[in-house]
Amino acid sequence: MAADYYQALGLELTRGFWLSLKIIGPSAVGGFLIGLVTGAVRGAGHPRFLARLLDGYVALFRGTALLVQIFIVYYGLPNLAQALNLPPFWKALLSLSPYQASVLVFALCSGAYHSEYIRGAVLSIGRGQFQAARALGFTRFQTFAHIVLPQALRRAWPGCGNEIIYLIKYSSLAFVVSARELTGAAQSVSNTYFRFTETFLVAGLYYLALVTLATWLFQRLEKAWARP
Amino acid sequence: MTEPVLEVSHISKSCGGRLILDDVSLSLNKGELKVLIGPSGGGKSTLLQCIHFLQTPDAGEIILEGRPASDMGRRHINVFRRQIGMIFQDFNLFDHLTAEHNVAIALRKVKKQSRAQALNRAREELARVGLADKGDLYPAQLSGGQKQRVSIARALAMDPKVMLLDEPTSALDPELIGEVLKVIADLSQSGMTMLMATHQIGFARHLTSEIIFMEAGRITESGPPAELLSTCGLSRAAGFCAKLNQLMGRG
Repeated sequence: MAADYYQALGLELTRGFWLSLKIIGPSAVGGFLIGLVTGAVRGAGHPRFLARLLDGYVALFRGTALLVQIFIVYYGLPNLAQALNLPPFWKALLSLSPYQASVLVFALCSGAYHSEYIRGAVLSIGRGQFQAARALGFTRFQTFAHIVLPQALRRAWPGCGNEIIYLIKYSSLAFVVSARELTGAAQSVSNTYFRFTETFLVAGLYYLALVTLATWLFQRLEKAWARP
Repeated sequence: MTEPVLEVSHISKSCGGRLILDDVSLSLNKGELKVLIGPSGGGKSTLLQCIHFLQTPDAGEIILEGRPASDMGRRHINVFRRQIGMIFQDFNLFDHLTAEHNVAIALRKVKKQSRAQALNRAREELARVGLADKGDLYPAQLSGGQKQRVSIARALAMDPKVMLLDEPTSALDPELIGEVLKVIADLSQSGMTMLMATHQIGFARHLTSEIIFMEAGRITESGPPAELLSTCGLSRAAGFCAKLNQLMGRG
């Protein structure tokens, strides 16, 4: 019995851990990219219409609970497609697997937070450098791409790293839509063997290891990109 | 004389209901250095920024080598801008780039030169302002005077037809002013056309062909330095300069 438990624990949690990684990876990258574009446009306030639209997106995703967002995307969207009697193509498109729904929601939610770090950093770059670039004949876009963003990213990076570390942990919410990632696997193993403490302790160690690795990596990057 | 390199014709600009520039006109011939003086808030910086379209004038025309800027249209304003170099009071170097790359980046991105070509030119220009050995340093590692010289090199690399200098030494401590003024003097002697706002009257009077005194958005007096400054405190400009000289010592 004990041997069975340890075998299940090792196997299931490792499998769950891989699924967690497969959720976290694209969510982190996608979220950062969404946040980069959103934060840059909102920081620049240009194009104005797009900036206002993205303000709305950020307000929505920062203003609602992540759990609610997952439920709406996973259960709500297919229902909506059904209720509106959309063509089959749209019904299929809006019926996401637990994995797809989790990655989509995590990326969108994370992007909303990233965008705030990046917007703040963009605003902190002195107006003078913007003027100097324009004076040299840079277009507005070139000024942004070559002068403002490289500096803003350096300033935003510690905050963005923090957000990714949050993401690692809120990825556990994927288990509510039945994705058997690390937390989901731990739940199922502990339910089968009634051994909650050890199981979640091991799951916690997996998260701790991943966060430690991420922290180390982000610090390396921060140092590599540092300028005097 | 041939047609002026830069002609500023009846420029007006108001901001928040306050008239900042009131019908200002001036012209610069090739190789000329003219100096703008006057109290702060008199419109010197705004005038320079309007010439560069960093602020858009409400009325009037900027003409560069006979070609009015309004002909270029708003979309080509970047092409107009890159023909005029601008030096700012607080340098405005790009903090994330080394001195060399500060100079090279506009050559690469705006003039589409190759990296090697741009860096070569950057090194030449840095050598010209006496910073051949500082190319690899970041702005934070340079003194104020060195930063301003990098910014001059950065403007020169674009081969400007005119340079506008907006109080280039005002943010420097007295010991560092000299090295920047020397670069500007060399530049003037090499035939660069320049319009400079400054409080360094002592320096300016030996180099400039004309001092332009601005107050409350207008050019109230102008003339060769000897003429303008020798009216023994009778004119507003001479009085202003006398005060500056008292503060800073005769240059």
